[in-house]
Amino acid sequence: MSNPGVTNQVMQWVETRLPIFSFINHSVGTEYPTPRNLNYWWSLGSIAGVALVLQIVTGIVLAMHYVPHADMAFESVEHIMRDVNYGWMMRYLHSNGASLFFVAVYIHMFRGLYFGSYKAPRELLWWFGILIFLAMMATAFMGYVLPWGQMSFWGATVITNMFTAIPIVGEAVTTWLWGGYSVAGPTLQRFFSLHYLLPFVIFALMFIHLWALHTSKSNNPLGIDVKSEKDTLPFHPYFTTKDLVGFGVFFIILAYWVFFNPNYMGHPDNYIPANPLVTPAHIVPEWYFLPFYAILRAVPDKLGGVALMLGAILILFVIPWLDTSRVRSATFRPIYSKFFWIFVVNGLILGWVGANPAEGSFILIGRIATAYYFAHFILVMPIVGWFEKPKPLPDSIAASVLGDDTAKEAK
Amino acid sequence: MTTTTPEGGHEDGATRRDFLYIATGAMSAVGAGLFVWPLVDQMNPSADVLALASTELDISTIEVGQAITVMWRGKPVFVRHRTAEEIATAITDDSASLPDVALDADRVQKAEWLILIGVCTHLGCVPLGQKSTEVKGEFGGWFCPCHGSHYDTSGRIRKGPAPNNLGVPPYIFLDDSHIRIG
Ligand code: HEM
Ligand code: FES
Repeated sequence: MSNPGVTNQVMQWVETRLPIFSFINHSVGTEYPTPRNLNYWWSLGSIAGVALVLQIVTGIVLAMHYVPHADMAFESVEHIMRDVNYGWMMRYLHSNGASLFFVAVYIHMFRGLYFGSYKAPRELLWWFGILIFLAMMATAFMGYVLPWGQMSFWGATVITNMFTAIPIVGEAVTTWLWGGYSVAGPTLQRFFSLHYLLPFVIFALMFIHLWALHTSKSNNPLGIDVKSEKDTLPFHPYFTTKDLVGFGVFFIILAYWVFFNPNYMGHPDNYIPANPLVTPAHIVPEWYFLPFYAILRAVPDKLGGVALMLGAILILFVIPWLDTSRVRSATFRPIYSKFFWIFVVNGLILGWVGANPAEGSFILIGRIATAYYFAHFILVMPIVGWFEKPKPLPDSIAASVLGDDTAKEAK
Repeated sequence: MTTTTPEGGHEDGATRRDFLYIATGAMSAVGAGLFVWPLVDQMNPSADVLALASTELDISTIEVGQAITVMWRGKPVFVRHRTAEEIATAITDDSASLPDVALDADRVQKAEWLILIGVCTHLGCVPLGQKSTEVKGEFGGWFCPCHGSHYDTSGRIRKGPAPNNLGVPPYIFLDDSHIRIG
């Protein structure tokens, strides 16, 4: 038997025909070596996975009661809220779950940025992460259209109109997306179809992401490679239990929003049925899009704004080559680690600008913050990596965590 | 025999089987290509959406200085009964610096009736300025609150991120008090 853990007769019968138990054991069990120094920032990946499952489960339930028709969508959501047993809970779990999913993924991405997890040999792992992020944005955007309130309708109008910025074919592409001459019933129905599909695409992407992870293995807070078995611990039980703590925290936070503050992250305007003749005075996307919305509005040119907003995400694909430092973890990079925190604050400023009307000093602040966003990748990453003198790296993970003596003993 | 020609093949090494591979591949590619178009085109506006393409209305009840909004192809259309003053500014501004150059005379059939698609050419919001209580922007026409585009009394873009003037839909005067849009 290739897998000593499988002792039960029935399990062995299965294992010889479909080696599922050894697969699980090699993926998240005792056979998966994990750097022993992973901290709680490494919990966000599995939390994002839990959030995805939660979205799929609550989404399937919502789809049993929701009607994807321009005349009935708004009322069917009200029906879910008022008449369906626990419908309010399913919907609040789904809408607040989407927000927390983004919180988890944003922290997960900043973790990668800080500890240099995008650098060799993890470039493809990083790429699949960005693809997941893009698919999540598309899914959340289309989901937000489904209740067919004023923000749904006008958010959809503003976002889909970005395609009219494409030279020559823009109008035709937009009409094709809409299935008409404006956002209307046909648009809602196709968005529902795609909103149902995309989470499963995300699921598939997540598997490829994990496949790449299990090939290159986890990075760690020191950013140095695993050198011996002494540097690792088996995933189970050490990190299964550690991840469970993260799940607990996630569910406590989710419960707070769902049961005590369910509409805080939404917009009151979305409880007004969609009206194609009246635009709400102040259109804002969901909070997780705000920094990108600020970048869109920073440019006084339509195509330029759309291109820059897209570029803000696409640039993430090339940072493995923009960052010239050979040291992964910013812990050992005295200058870059400061720039990292400036970048975080800059991102928050972009979000704040995105939430406010594009007028007065917000325009100027938005432009400076947008310029800085790109400068971080295009200037700071290559230049700082080139002249900065990193702090000395520890000999090994074990040496750093257990103290030099213990590590030497083990050798 | 000095050369070994594969059975059923030619001396350059190509075989009947190579031909079959390429022919099969090519036919499959053509077939898949043909099937892609219906998959793509099904998303274009359907026949019933295309059929809702014209709107008629009575404009005799719109006083000078007033404006109404009607629906055409799911979009708002602005019908504004312009005042003499608004017409005069629109004509004077023909020579102002315009991001999207157009003469007022080319944007109307009858100077007092300005008929426009009420969709901001930036990202599609409905600009304010139809009701007397709404802000009309710095140029007295319309103001789009979404990202701050200002339109003048000819519906031309004067300031803000929108690239083009408000569109003029196709319309005809059926008689002095009726128009048909579309
Ligand atoms: C990546 C995972 C997902 C994300 C990020 C997501 C996000 C969203 C968001 C933001 C809304 C709007 C909530 C509101 O304002 O009320 C929504 C609505 C909806 N979603 Fe999802 N969703 C996901 C997965 C799914 C799945 C898998 C299904 C179905 C199988 C689904 C079905 C629905 C339905 C029926 C609605 C409309 C009802 C409502 O507005 O509450 N979702 N989704
Ligand atoms: S949609 Fe009108 S200014 Fe952006």
